[in-house]
Amino acid sequence: MLADKDRIFTNLYGQNDWRLEAARKRGDWTNTADIIAKGRDAIIVEMKASGLRGRGGAGFPTGLKWSFMPKQSDGRPHYLVINGDESEPGTCKDREVMRHEPHKLIESAMIASFAMGAHASYIYIRGEFCREAERLQAAIDEAYAAGLLGKNAAGSGWDFDFRIHRGAGAYICGEETALLESLEGKKGQPRMKPPFPAGVGLYGCPTTVNNVESIAVTSTIMRRGATWFAGLGRPNNAGSKLMAISGHVNTPCVFEEELGVPLKEIIEKHGGGVRGGWDNLLAVIPGGCSVPLLPKSVCETVLMDYDSLRAERSGLGTACMIVMDRSTDIIKAIARFSKFFKHESCGQCTPCREGTGWMMRMMDRMVQGRADIEEIDLLEQVTRQVEGHTICALGDAAAWPIQGLIRHFRPEMEERIRQYKAAYGSTGLVQVPAGGVPAAVE
Amino acid sequence: MSTVWTPAEQPDSFVFDAASEEEIAGVLTKYPEERKASAVMPLLYIVQRQMGRVTGSAWVPVVAMDVIAQRLGMAAIRVYEVASFYTMFNTRPIGRYHLQVCTTTPCWLRGSDDVVEACQKATGIQHFGETSADGLFTMSEVECLGACSNAPILQVDDDFYEDMNAERTAAVIAELRAGRRPTPGPTINRSVSAPEGGRKTLLSPSTADQE
Repeated sequence: MLADKDRIFTNLYGQNDWRLEAARKRGDWTNTADIIAKGRDAIIVEMKASGLRGRGGAGFPTGLKWSFMPKQSDGRPHYLVINGDESEPGTCKDREVMRHEPHKLIESAMIASFAMGAHASYIYIRGEFCREAERLQAAIDEAYAAGLLGKNAAGSGWDFDFRIHRGAGAYICGEETALLESLEGKKGQPRMKPPFPAGVGLYGCPTTVNNVESIAVTSTIMRRGATWFAGLGRPNNAGSKLMAISGHVNTPCVFEEELGVPLKEIIEKHGGGVRGGWDNLLAVIPGGCSVPLLPKSVCETVLMDYDSLRAERSGLGTACMIVMDRSTDIIKAIARFSKFFKHESCGQCTPCREGTGWMMRMMDRMVQGRADIEEIDLLEQVTRQVEGHTICALGDAAAWPIQGLIRHFRPEMEERIRQYKAAYGSTGLVQVPAGGVPAAVE
Repeated sequence: MSTVWTPAEQPDSFVFDAASEEEIAGVLTKYPEERKASAVMPLLYIVQRQMGRVTGSAWVPVVAMDVIAQRLGMAAIRVYEVASFYTMFNTRPIGRYHLQVCTTTPCWLRGSDDVVEACQKATGIQHFGETSADGLFTMSEVECLGACSNAPILQVDDDFYEDMNAERTAAVIAELRAGRRPTPGPTINRSVSAPEGGRKTLLSPSTADQE
């Protein structure tokens, strides 16, 4: 468990002032020029050594990603784009950084931009986070007024501009190339890769897109050192991480915790335990709705980090977990995600556009039980047809929760179908009974 | 991501007012001159806010999209595409207050159905997307708002009302009806996203409240 002295986000709950003066007391902006003076390569070496993996869900090593940027500019400007489009159901961590630790984010963005040869950075904030964007803008204005941004930012000799771009309600813009399209003033439809953004990104220039949290921890890692950060967590799963708990726990909250702590301990300590006690637990979705759920048996022992959850055929994702107790209609809970992905599919490529709608309609029938047992296999097959066959990962994200449901709760799905058949009688394809379909047959 | 276009309700003209022009000038400094198409989303927001200010209904008429296209040197269809792709741009008139209820699983698990029902009861609206007879409220179903630890959420225009239930939803709507905006944020005994009843971390003196 993480001690207060090792926390990066010391104003996570906004218990202190977010403004510059208070942020400086917490250590932000204290010796930024000294960090910049270490040089580009030294910063990237330090970030690689820290073992930081991307905090937005994919878990790609951050320092390595930065090293993909061209060392020399060919005349095109470089950009750092920060992904603050946090929209995946269950995920609510970056919001706290933007509204309560804005200066940590701005300073870290400057260090990261310098390490990648970028004089400008944009942060893309989801449209619904209007107040958060206003708060961050106020912090940016403070930083400009104090000479921390702009020409010779913070006396470092590096010119750096930081700007906000607000989204407008499209989950897909959290996908990095869709985000770039949106930032260029277009529909948020993902680009084919390659070329990767490090070669051809924003406005056709070399660009790196990082999650808010991945960037925000940079200043602290540079101050306290890679060894300190790597000393937290487990090998290949280094550091602390912002996490959140939502759903059926006594005290849902956002918090910072060390990676590699048992999931159960986290739920007990931070979430105040499962509503009705641990034995009332049904399942946990450990990192945003796109990662497959974990049944209670797995939750007993699994550790909360990238590799442990991978080994259970799930994933850490954003580390923002959704807890469900035994009162939950688990099929309906997952069906709502299918509706979400259908709503958020950008419509560009066929497997996703058609697949998400098909999966949603099939899941709606599974909720009622108005299906045949063999159709569970058909549903599973279709998720495999979508997975890996789309331009971006939204197709995968739509497929995985259903696969997790079938893997762990197939008996419940079959039972629902049997109940429906018993109530309405049917052979072969199930007909809609006269008078409409009941919400749930139980 | 589908939008219904209703030409019958479209005004004939749109002109940015002085406040909007000031905002636009600020927005255009953010992007390279030759990349000013990037400003299309900020300008759509500016139109929507101006419409809200002037008419009480925050939406974006087609004629305003044409004005944006001219201003940014874009084809009008590119602006229409953007306006109809992103759900936060209202391409039809809406009520004075936009009630946006998240019904995605984390909110649903904690009772978003009750919030929806309370909204319906308090406003007389039957279905998502409808506006109340008095024109005060439009109720929309929204996908995850990114504040799941404070579920369920009722978003009114740009503000989040968190940790809602039926009773508190009715109370918020009653206040809005009376012309007052309640303080946004959690509606139970908690500070922002800290656990109910007080935070469990960041308690050591160096990180505790500075007084």
